[in-house]
Amino acid sequence: MSDITRREFVKVTGSGIALASLSGMLPGLAGCAGGKDPQTGYFSRFGIDSETIRKVLSEALVYGGEYADVFFQYSIRNSIRLEDRIVNSASTNVQLGVGIRVLKGDQTGYSFTEDLNLASMQAAARTAANIASGSKIVPPQEYQPMNLPNYYPVEVSWEDVGIDKRVAIVKAMDEATFDQDERIIKNYVGLHDTEKYILVANSDGQLSTDYQPMLRLIVYCTAQQGDQRESNYFDYAARDDINFLTPERLERMPREAVKRTVSLFEAQPAPAGELPVVLTAGSSGILLHEAIGHGMEADFNRIGSSIYSDKLNKPIAQDFVNIVDSGLNLNVRGSINVDDECSNTEETLLVENGILRTYLHDRISAKHYGIETTGSGRRESFKHYPLPRMRNTYMLNGPHTFEEIIASVKYGILADQFTNGQVNIGPGDFTFYVKSGSLIEDGKITAQIKDVNIIGNGPEVLKRVTMVGNDFAMTEGGWTCGKNGQSVPVSMGLPSALVSSITVGGKG
Amino acid sequence: MNKLDLANWTQKYAKQQGADDTSVVISNRRSIDIEYRDKNIDKLTESTENSLSIELFANGKYSSHRTNDLRKPALGKFINNALAMTGYLGEDPFQALPDPELYKGRHNVNLELFDSGYHQVETKKRVDIAKRIFDRIQGQDDRIISVTSYFSDSHYENVHLKSNGFEGTYESSTFGAGAEVSLDDGSGKKPQSWQYYSARHLGDLPDLDQIADEALKRTQDSVGQTKIESAAMPMILQNNQVRGLLGRMWGALSGGSLQQKNSFLLDKLDTKIASDLLTVIDDPTIVRGMGSRYYDGDGIAAKIMPVIKTGVLKNYFIGVYYGRKLEMAPTAGGSSNVTFKLGKRSGLEIEQDMDKAILVTGFLGGNANNTTGDFSLGISGWLIENGQRTTPINEMNISGNFTDVLNQLVEVGNDPYRYSSWRTPTMVFDGIQFAGL
Repeated sequence: MSDITRREFVKVTGSGIALASLSGMLPGLAGCAGGKDPQTGYFSRFGIDSETIRKVLSEALVYGGEYADVFFQYSIRNSIRLEDRIVNSASTNVQLGVGIRVLKGDQTGYSFTEDLNLASMQAAARTAANIASGSKIVPPQEYQPMNLPNYYPVEVSWEDVGIDKRVAIVKAMDEATFDQDERIIKNYVGLHDTEKYILVANSDGQLSTDYQPMLRLIVYCTAQQGDQRESNYFDYAARDDINFLTPERLERMPREAVKRTVSLFEAQPAPAGELPVVLTAGSSGILLHEAIGHGMEADFNRIGSSIYSDKLNKPIAQDFVNIVDSGLNLNVRGSINVDDECSNTEETLLVENGILRTYLHDRISAKHYGIETTGSGRRESFKHYPLPRMRNTYMLNGPHTFEEIIASVKYGILADQFTNGQVNIGPGDFTFYVKSGSLIEDGKITAQIKDVNIIGNGPEVLKRVTMVGNDFAMTEGGWTCGKNGQSVPVSMGLPSALVSSITVGGKG
Repeated sequence: MNKLDLANWTQKYAKQQGADDTSVVISNRRSIDIEYRDKNIDKLTESTENSLSIELFANGKYSSHRTNDLRKPALGKFINNALAMTGYLGEDPFQALPDPELYKGRHNVNLELFDSGYHQVETKKRVDIAKRIFDRIQGQDDRIISVTSYFSDSHYENVHLKSNGFEGTYESSTFGAGAEVSLDDGSGKKPQSWQYYSARHLGDLPDLDQIADEALKRTQDSVGQTKIESAAMPMILQNNQVRGLLGRMWGALSGGSLQQKNSFLLDKLDTKIASDLLTVIDDPTIVRGMGSRYYDGDGIAAKIMPVIKTGVLKNYFIGVYYGRKLEMAPTAGGSSNVTFKLGKRSGLEIEQDMDKAILVTGFLGGNANNTTGDFSLGISGWLIENGQRTTPINEMNISGNFTDVLNQLVEVGNDPYRYSSWRTPTMVFDGIQFAGL
């Protein structure tokens, strides 16, 4: 936490004017210049103290709830956008508020307020309290701050990065994109950053604070060749500061965006039917996210509705398949220092040597199953209650090489770039959309293909992962997972892998 | 301070601080959501949220900002920061408030967007509705693993002020009810489906038993779903699924896509893009319509507008900014209620008259490329043979290009779906490529 403390309270001089300053935007912030103790800084940030938390939790438990927590959030998202060669738009979005949750068994009462005065918070707490109907429970007097590791250390706060510096990056990406290829006719560049400050305290006496940075840079270009036009993009996303955007990364970005776009001119329609599909290392991890990840979220299993509900400790894949969901990856988009209900995050082994090992738990499901939570209780914002969610989901390296995998395929496709996926948890059917890929014919990569949806059944497809490469890569792009109306940032990864048969939705 | 006063204060303050023009929207929403399962309230969420959005126009530059901290001192600093930021951007000669002429001529239909009985709905009634849907389903089928029923409602108020004379206020309500059901089909799969309806007025929701029965029926229909051989054949698109296909190409009609040349419909105005059977009218004036409005985000007075007339593209959705860039007159920033010229038969009549077709009752994933018109989407539904639903289908895919598929429309039903801003009838498309085995 030392980095966080320093960054929050020691201003680093940025060039030009900061995009937006936190200073003075929050109640009580003016008096918090000191703060060796990070919790003190967060208390000041929200204009609260232990006594306020105790009073709010006391109200939350007035009807006998078994557990209550408060989730304070301040976040600011900045964006600048370039279109038609001009950095012509900027935006900011500020969110401040507290969510109050009360649990009674598996039941949840939830309310939130954007007004952080005690009376408003107590009123919201009483609303949430209504889920229970019993006698008052007394919350703890003191709250024990958690000592947490930092999986996203940063050098510079986004609030200290001058807009001129951001404008320069966006303009440079635009110029380099047009310089790549004369067929480029339009280009969009967006630079987005978020800084989220959260404080969570609960009726078990735990208290956690976290500073969660995020950046995303995207180049989206359109090229024209004769009468034909194609668009594609390249993006970076990370829980990191501006130093993530190294000269090497920035140099590569427009090159990749243009390459991905103009290569589509050569693409032919994808075939239709059940075929072998080779997934390239990296964002192919979307397969895991959809085919197994959601089905392993314990809320679906708690009510018995997941296809994985009765498969724990049973073999579901070949013995070289190992799948994890982790919050611990350094500066990766889905990492969290602590989950959104004061539970330590971890690396959770979902599949070990082909055997299904554990679900992803939040507090409710862990209690239901009588085990420890996996630190997977996440929420979009103070407006939402936590749910078991993925963090960074990926498969570990296997025994094969990429070349061996390609050589093994008589006729199939290589899936390279992905845009989105979806799953139907109960039957386990899932899809992912391949923006670009290639045909494989007689063990060789041949023609390019594009824009094809792939659809399969989670458990069946996992059984058909017959080769796994040794070239693991995490996706570089910004993935956002939606569930029950809540969006959270996630990441994913995969070594190259072969699915021996899956339905490719081409034009035939 | 009421919202209109705060909007006026914000506008005045921003102009004092150096903005040439502003557009301010202040809104608040109160919502209650109930999930009911296992004969108990599983989740009860109650909330009130506020939002202030401001667009700033200063020295030919533009930015937009949003905050939920509406206290004046915080707002003042927020605006000062926003203006300072704006100064560092490039000048954009196309960014300016709309011509006030566009604000004129609002229709005078009373849209009844707000249910005046909203405040009389008590929490007990909300819970009773969710419970009644739950009770109707529970016990009806021995295979049921889980039933969750839902009821939610919200009250939304919005004030919109532009510094060149636009002022608009409205309030609306939304009620929603539905259920999700999981079954154990004995094969290890757990078919799952749902039904959910939304309406502006509580009394416009369908009968609760109907909602419950449909949720269960849709799930029962999912039992034994399988994929069949890849083939090209007619597709019957159930009325409430039409948006799942046509909605994917709607972005190609927007001024932004056209100006950025990301649209396969570029330069297609007044040309034939679809079958004669396709006539689409954007109608913001439907009383209690989910997409009804008096004006759009630019403040343009809402009007009934033909989009496609007997297959000919008649209008794009052109907002003020991209209209200037394209040198085209603005129409509307986006669609309101999407309505269709209806045919003569219901979905069921059409289905019963088919020799062989696939009836699509759900989409799963997939995407469309609006630059080229290509799409590829996962589907589920039924194989229809000799007018009968013979095989339940899933894990299949349809692919094509909208340029072709719009011309493959061979029948439009007489059964528009009323619980969405897309009031879509059943549609039949010939020669669709289905990928399966």
